[in-house]
Amino acid sequence: MSYAVETRDLTRVFSGKKKRWWRRKPTPDEEESLGPVTALDGVSLQIREGELFGLLGPNGAGKTTLIKILATLLLPTSGQALVAGHDVTKDPFPIRQRINMVSGGETSGYGLLTARENIWMFSQFYGVPSKVSKARIDELMHIFGLWDKRDAKVRMLSTGQRQKMNMIRGFVTGPDILFLDEPTLGLDVNAARVIREYVMNWVRGQAGKTVLLTSHYMAEADQMCDRIAIIDKGRILACDTPANLKRMIRTETTFQLEVDTIRDTTSFMGLQGVKNFSHKDDISKNRSHLTFILEDEGPVAEILSSITSQGAKVHSLQKSEPTLEDVFISMVGRGLD
Amino acid sequence: MSTYWRTFKTAAWLGWEMDSNWTEPWLFVLYSVIKPVAGAFILVLMYIVFVAIGRPQGDPDAFSYMYVGNSFFIFVASVLFGTFQVIQSDREWYQTIRYVYISPISYYVYILGRAASKIAVSVFAVAITLVFGVMFLGVRLHLALTDVPLFLVSTALGLSVLLAIGICLGGISFLTAKHTHGLAEGIPGLFYVFCGVLFPLSVLPNWGQAVGRAIPLTYWFDITRRLLTEGSTVNTTLGGYDAPTILLFLVVSSVGFFGLSVLIYKIGEYFARKAGKIDMTTSY
Repeated sequence: MSYAVETRDLTRVFSGKKKRWWRRKPTPDEEESLGPVTALDGVSLQIREGELFGLLGPNGAGKTTLIKILATLLLPTSGQALVAGHDVTKDPFPIRQRINMVSGGETSGYGLLTARENIWMFSQFYGVPSKVSKARIDELMHIFGLWDKRDAKVRMLSTGQRQKMNMIRGFVTGPDILFLDEPTLGLDVNAARVIREYVMNWVRGQAGKTVLLTSHYMAEADQMCDRIAIIDKGRILACDTPANLKRMIRTETTFQLEVDTIRDTTSFMGLQGVKNFSHKDDISKNRSHLTFILEDEGPVAEILSSITSQGAKVHSLQKSEPTLEDVFISMVGRGLD
Repeated sequence: MSTYWRTFKTAAWLGWEMDSNWTEPWLFVLYSVIKPVAGAFILVLMYIVFVAIGRPQGDPDAFSYMYVGNSFFIFVASVLFGTFQVIQSDREWYQTIRYVYISPISYYVYILGRAASKIAVSVFAVAITLVFGVMFLGVRLHLALTDVPLFLVSTALGLSVLLAIGICLGGISFLTAKHTHGLAEGIPGLFYVFCGVLFPLSVLPNWGQAVGRAIPLTYWFDITRRLLTEGSTVNTTLGGYDAPTILLFLVVSSVGFFGLSVLIYKIGEYFARKAGKIDMTTSY
């Protein structure tokens, strides 16, 4: 199995503010806040080639620190990190040939250049032939809705437009491994949706493309990622597919139905696999709201059949599953925000 | 090699865009002419003060000496500040440093490329200053055709030394916050005093002369003046050496400074990466 990214017991400690003779003596509280900070604490991960891997955690969990180490911006304190088989400490250059990185919520860019020039310039650092680069830029600008601003100076772009420009910068160089640090942070709903869809298609539509995505948007990670690692205080708490993570805390499945008012509900409890059942009638609308607690999804067909056999129509059927937020809360004991 | 050339070319293009693209082309040309001419007037004022203090009868050799020195000092101020500022501006203002740094280039060559545009702009400024001096201020310049190759070689070496010093400052600026841009102004100030820019080494105390002789820019300014203002009566303390010897001093010190610049840059880069300072923003 070849891994795009592999870390072994990776630790990063940021040293605190050094005591200097000219600084006043800190109070005990200050002393604590000035001390060393362990951003990553023995992180071991394997991300397979072709995987869209999510790193989910609250602010300060260590997500960005991990990405900075993998992107060769920062050295680890101890442990090992391999990207595309190369050690980030000893061998950064071959890594840089195969990666790129985009940080969300950033307004970086050379203000005097146009959006197009900015992206083109970065593509030149990666040796993308100018003609190829320009064609790719035009295509991506259409996809990301930045075409109208292609010749606008970067300083004239809004925050969201700059962010889109940076996304294009990340893709235009054709990396094998892309690090996306909160890529949809601060974007409007539509722009975020476009980016999510593009990233998913980019990974799944081509062989050997890998994305490491950090996010604190649960739904985004759930929707996009093949596997997710939950990180808090520099430690990986769990790593699995979104479904398996949710399964870890799931003991039963909940279905909610809205149907025409039905009179006979006694038969439902006799169905195999139905652990619990409740119903509430809404007389004004002539509807019944039914909630089934099931061991698994097996009895759903029988329930529907029982309802329709009474001549009632099913208006909605909704399965309620544990969310990643529930998983996170169950592991960390608090929400992301 | 192609990676280095590609990096240099792209960085030089970026530098040129940033140096020239801030206004309309005609205004940029006008600015490029007026700025060095205005600088020349400051020199005239300085000379008038010197004459008033020391030699009421005037000293054309001394004026040419300080005029040529100050003209070529444009390179020093511009290139040093330019190279130092590459890291600071990419990090603090444009916040692009992390993306440039993680691209498969030599960041060292990137800095050199960015500095290249500073050199291009400075060449124009130096030429304008010299032409203005000859035409309107009575500066006595003469460059023999046979001396042109030597002049070009010494200028190339002088610029190389400047780049090397600039890279050293770049390595240091990896580790410093943006308010330390004073360093990029203070270092040229030291060169202004100790390298015989405005006044010859002979007016410095012995220790000052020793400092001056340890800096390759002193030899660059000396050989440039020898070639441009032949027959000057100003005592530079280097009169005992012929031009090829001065050039040799310049070559040796240039090579030394380049080696030192790579070393300091690498050390600065390593510690910045270790401390997480490559892309820090200080926001002072």
